[in-house]
Amino acid sequence: MKYIDDFRDGELACALGAAIHAEVRPEREYRLMEFCGGHTHAISRYGIADLLPPQLRLIHGPGCPVCVLPIGRIDQAIRLALEHRAILCSYGDTLRVPASDKLSLLRAKGRGADVRMVYSPLDALQVARANPGREVVFLAIGFETTTPPTAVAVKQAQAEGLRNFSLLCNHVLTPAAMHAILAAPGGVQLDGFVGPAHVSTVIGSAPYEPFARDYRKPVVIAGFEPLDVMRAIQMLIRQINDGRAEVENEFTRAVTPEGNLKAQALVAEVFELRNDFEWRGLGTVPASALKLRAEFTAFDAEARFGVPYAAVPDHKACECAAILRGEKRPEECRIFGTACTPDNPVGSCMVSSEGACAAHYTYGRFREAAPVTTTTSA
Amino acid sequence: MKSAHSRPLDLMNGHVDLSHGAGGRAMAQLIEDLFARELGNEFLAQGDDGARLPACAGALVMATDAHVVSPLFFPGGDIGCLSVHGTINDVAVMGARPLYLAASFVLEEGLPLADLARIVSSMAAAAREAGVPVVTGDTKVVERGKADGVFITTTGVGVCLDGVDVSGANARPGDAVLISGPLGDHGMAIMSVRENLAFDAPIVSDTAALHGIVAALLAAVPDTRVLRDPTRGGLAATLNEIAHQSGVGIVLDEAAIPVRPAVAAACELLGLDPLDIANEGRLIVVCPASSADRALAALRAHPLGRDAARIGDVIADDRHFVQMKTRFGGRRMVDWLAGDALPRIC
Ligand code: SF4
Repeated sequence: MKYIDDFRDGELACALGAAIHAEVRPEREYRLMEFCGGHTHAISRYGIADLLPPQLRLIHGPGCPVCVLPIGRIDQAIRLALEHRAILCSYGDTLRVPASDKLSLLRAKGRGADVRMVYSPLDALQVARANPGREVVFLAIGFETTTPPTAVAVKQAQAEGLRNFSLLCNHVLTPAAMHAILAAPGGVQLDGFVGPAHVSTVIGSAPYEPFARDYRKPVVIAGFEPLDVMRAIQMLIRQINDGRAEVENEFTRAVTPEGNLKAQALVAEVFELRNDFEWRGLGTVPASALKLRAEFTAFDAEARFGVPYAAVPDHKACECAAILRGEKRPEECRIFGTACTPDNPVGSCMVSSEGACAAHYTYGRFREAAPVTTTTSA
Repeated sequence: MKSAHSRPLDLMNGHVDLSHGAGGRAMAQLIEDLFARELGNEFLAQGDDGARLPACAGALVMATDAHVVSPLFFPGGDIGCLSVHGTINDVAVMGARPLYLAASFVLEEGLPLADLARIVSSMAAAAREAGVPVVTGDTKVVERGKADGVFITTTGVGVCLDGVDVSGANARPGDAVLISGPLGDHGMAIMSVRENLAFDAPIVSDTAALHGIVAALLAAVPDTRVLRDPTRGGLAATLNEIAHQSGVGIVLDEAAIPVRPAVAAACELLGLDPLDIANEGRLIVVCPASSADRALAALRAHPLGRDAARIGDVIADDRHFVQMKTRFGGRRMVDWLAGDALPRIC
């Protein structure tokens, strides 16, 4: 507990905010992308923008696993649950992502599909053990952080000879998404990245070197606590002011250059690169996602049930794609807060608390109107 | 009176079966040997389908609440006392003195009678302590799998206290917002059992009857404007309701909001916000700023309000937003929780 509070200290934050104010050059803009949804959430929840100078523009990145999942992927899961009568297990937020035909996994549940919320792939394994007569599919999503636990579950299923368990694999890769954003013609202009926290504990800091070297974009890896984010911002501003482009690590208490080698080996044993994968927002990105290796095909739900992926366009009014590329802000979507709210999401960015639209709706939308005069004594 | 039943109810090893709700002898025995014995009072003893109650002066308040908490037993309480406290509190925050309760039970076939006995006796103890008798009731049994152990619905009747006008619609810009104690204890007590979280000192539910502290507060600050107990959805949901009902905004000061370290840590672990977590023994008070000190003193003088704090202010805001100055120095909204992140909490 003490540990957590240390990283949220308000006085330290104010001092850091003042230092950042002093260091920014008044004549220029600093456009920084926080890649991770975890950072997006921390920035909104702690009101970090209030402590930063106006020259600083924080741009939300695509690092929200639920957000980048295209509709077609959820459709596959719904088909498995409705048509193949499989027990479909996934994380809570995934169940609420809008899919085709006005469905979501949760709505499919209302139509009789057996959809279960789990906290980990091992919970899904448990469901498979408890229901030997049923097919159990785990809808696996997430960046490098959630991949190792999925690999553990697959190996465990293999060791136990669990034949009724399989995986709808949607694990995706952070560096590939960063490449896609920087390489997009006419894409968003960025001066640097606040690098992922938990993802980097797994992959290390080395995979970000090409962004500094080839694209000349500084990357500072930051923890998820608000003070971490502010320190990383300060480090980025210093690099930009100095004309440097390096990979720096604010999150040294958890991230090493090489990352978690054991986890990497485990993932490499179970998964291999897909040729390409369609992301919401980023489109089809080569070598950006994982699939099960041939030895584990028996656990691959796509192969087992023959439910191929079919691309489906987003809702007409939804700006999730542009938001995930950092090109638009949630409030620029014309149905933000009206037709689309966290209780009734139209796009995926309104579902998870890490999504840019949900974070802005839940924590930040008071900023849009004129500031309120307060009578507060605090 | 000699019992008409040949065999006594096996409270040690017996289970609820469908006959306990069938209207026959088994049901009569369950009522007589368990419910009547534990909850007994002159009204229940009338033995009729309802209770005949004495006339009382003043406007009546009535509230009802269904309780479906899982697990049935949790640190600091169980569904029995919870179902008494929950409804007493709903009556109390109307500015009323709770007088009577009615209770109806939906029992699942197979429920151990020992569990039911524990629940009913906890209910009886809570009602006795609160001085609010359960005057009538009903029991139904459903097949195994059609309920989860036991569901209890309680209804309460009370009489309005003289000269008091509290309502969620009464908050005005300039008023102060107070809370009677730390937030999130009940919800996290339940979640820590469900999620198997172990803490050095277990998180204990705050479940308690609030009519005593409400009476003490209203005696000291009769111009109190709003009283609410932040149950499901926590402080965040309740303050948003008040803001909407009253057509105002609210600004909270995060540093002033009491949260126990263990609750904060558990929330952190589960990715939850203490402001969204259910409480079962906390009181939100909105009163004129000029009465805030008196209100705080009255709350703190009561055993249930020792950690009371002034946590924010009511402002004019036609968008009816609840905002918060974060401990970090920034600002953010405090919104309703989307979806049902914490089902079966009360
Ligand atoms: S507000 Fe809703 S519809 Fe608009 S971009 Fe965000 S998620 Fe999509």
